[in-house]
Amino acid sequence: MIPILIYVAMFVAAYFVVKLVTAGTQRQDFTSLKTVTFGDESAVVSDRKASIISIIAIIVLWGAFTGSVLLPGFLHAPGPFTGDGTFTYTVETADGQRDDATVTLLVHPSGEPADAPEVAPGEGFAKDDSVAIAAYRSKLARLDQNDEIGRDEGARIVAVNGQPIAPGGEVATDFGRVVMSQRGTLNIDPDKGWQMEPIWLPAPENVFTRMGEIASEGFRNFTLWEHLGYSLMRVVVGFALGALVGIPLGYAMGLSNWFRGWFDPIVEFMRPVPPLALIPLVIIWAGIGEGGKIILLFLAALWIMAIAARSGVSGVNISKVHAAYSLGASKAQLMRYVIIPNSLPEIFTGARVAMGVCWGTVVAAELVAAEKGAGMMIMVASKFQNTDIVIMGIILIGVIGFGIDMLMRWAERVLVPWKGKS
Amino acid sequence: MSGLSIEKISMRFDLPNGGSVQALKDVSLHLNEGELMSVPGPSGCGKTTLLNIVAGFLAPTEGQIVMNGHTVTGPDAERGMVFQQGALFEWMSVRDNVSFGPRMKGQREADYRGEVDHLLEVVGLQEFKEKAIYELSGGMQQRVALARCLANDPDVILMDEPLGALDALTREKMQSLVLKLWKETGKTIILITHSVEEALLLGERLLVMAPRPGRIHKEYQLHFADMGVDQDLREVKKHPEFAKNREEILGMIWDMEEEIMGRTEAAQ
Repeated sequence: MIPILIYVAMFVAAYFVVKLVTAGTQRQDFTSLKTVTFGDESAVVSDRKASIISIIAIIVLWGAFTGSVLLPGFLHAPGPFTGDGTFTYTVETADGQRDDATVTLLVHPSGEPADAPEVAPGEGFAKDDSVAIAAYRSKLARLDQNDEIGRDEGARIVAVNGQPIAPGGEVATDFGRVVMSQRGTLNIDPDKGWQMEPIWLPAPENVFTRMGEIASEGFRNFTLWEHLGYSLMRVVVGFALGALVGIPLGYAMGLSNWFRGWFDPIVEFMRPVPPLALIPLVIIWAGIGEGGKIILLFLAALWIMAIAARSGVSGVNISKVHAAYSLGASKAQLMRYVIIPNSLPEIFTGARVAMGVCWGTVVAAELVAAEKGAGMMIMVASKFQNTDIVIMGIILIGVIGFGIDMLMRWAERVLVPWKGKS
Repeated sequence: MSGLSIEKISMRFDLPNGGSVQALKDVSLHLNEGELMSVPGPSGCGKTTLLNIVAGFLAPTEGQIVMNGHTVTGPDAERGMVFQQGALFEWMSVRDNVSFGPRMKGQREADYRGEVDHLLEVVGLQEFKEKAIYELSGGMQQRVALARCLANDPDVILMDEPLGALDALTREKMQSLVLKLWKETGKTIILITHSVEEALLLGERLLVMAPRPGRIHKEYQLHFADMGVDQDLREVKKHPEFAKNREEILGMIWDMEEEIMGRTEAAQ
């Protein structure tokens, strides 16, 4: 909840700060002179400054709540309590005697184990204790075990730091709090602060260090590039096969009644089936090797490409077809010079969608079963609670997916410059 | 017999609701080589259907089109067509659009280059020949369409509202261009138009069609097209006979429209 409120505050603050800083430096282009902008979609342009601040805000927030070394200390959210602390507890025996004992605790950062400090037993029947606790953890402490009169003899703890405590109750201390369980045992619970434990969310620098490590040393017998390369290879091969079959199928459906009638039910039925739902069947049929994954991606791309090619053909302006025939074109020439080029914009749109779906499907398929691949990497890492690898994998998958889309858009601009301009 | 004969064409097709439409009934006429016939008429009088039958895109239910002694069975390079808009190939440059016909015949670039360049010169697009279609204005695009049709050297040019989507000024310039090209090339032209004025200006013969069923209502022989070849078209329009003809034809079309509306109301 707190991170969300901080994020909203950052959004609002950045808006006003940027507004203040850039006041008076407005460009006088045509769009800026429009008085009606609310509701005019063409007047809304993505504000680059906002985009940059948005990315910085996420990294700052991530760093602040993980105690990242990338940020100066004052930006960090309060971390967990570490260091030494003490509290006293009061024991009352069955016959009404009371005695105090002091507990010394050492809270050490997780991953750096430390021994509990040695303390002298002290006076009275309740002896002093010492406890070592890792940060973010709490500890049930049987403090009576070294006492002369313990729980087994009818003694019970009645106060902590002089404040009375009963089973189920708790007492706040300077290091956090002490809670009494229903059976009368004290649970020492040092303050966890607002930061995320590395096992939930590692600091950004840890993720990037881990990325460097895996890039040089590899992960599970394969280098990072092999993992990513295999995922990409599956996508490219599966998509290429899907396009190779789907585009001619779509053309046939767009040009022949019989083909349209025969394949319409199949295509319309298969289109809404999410490729992920096919994973179990494909594994049963083709196993978990490369074959199964490529079949899955082929099926993911096939219907999208067939439908794109079909609508590309049906979308041709009949005047163009008539014009080509009256200019003396044969059927083959009509296909080559009119139908195919006219359907390219639709096919490119379909290809972009298909590549996106394939990339998502391959990662999901690798999550289920694979020896290598981006999805397998994050799945295995999650089993070992290597959250840094999981986050690294997610970032890489996102970057590659974005890269694929950019590449397709670029190809579209170069190859079908007439798209949307007729 | 040379020229183009439309022989007793009737066209009737069934509707999905069980009824049928008689789009054309017993339309017959003969066009000599080099004649320019314009066809104005109220919407729905079957003039576009007639043009599509002549082009070979539709088969008539009765009658036939005979051209240079053979019966028309489908589209052919001997009958070129200029469409209202959207018939150019956006994926080709202006030059490739214009040279489409010769290229489809398998001619080599050396064979058609001179003719294509000449036509681009005539329609005033020499500087734009490497441009993409979507970079041109609407009037320029129609000039490309005209040049593309002429580059294929058809015997008959069928024009389906070629200037309908242009603004008034561009339209006037294009009308002069059509007249000029007609005189220079001596092609037989059928021009479908919504504009009675345009039909009068360009048509050597003018065919008024009546709707339901589509049929020939009246034919005029005019001399405004000849006047327009070497006169400003605006001067031609000032001719008293021009105004008289225009009023007469407009009146005719008005009457037809009213009759249809009356009939529709009576049917309801």
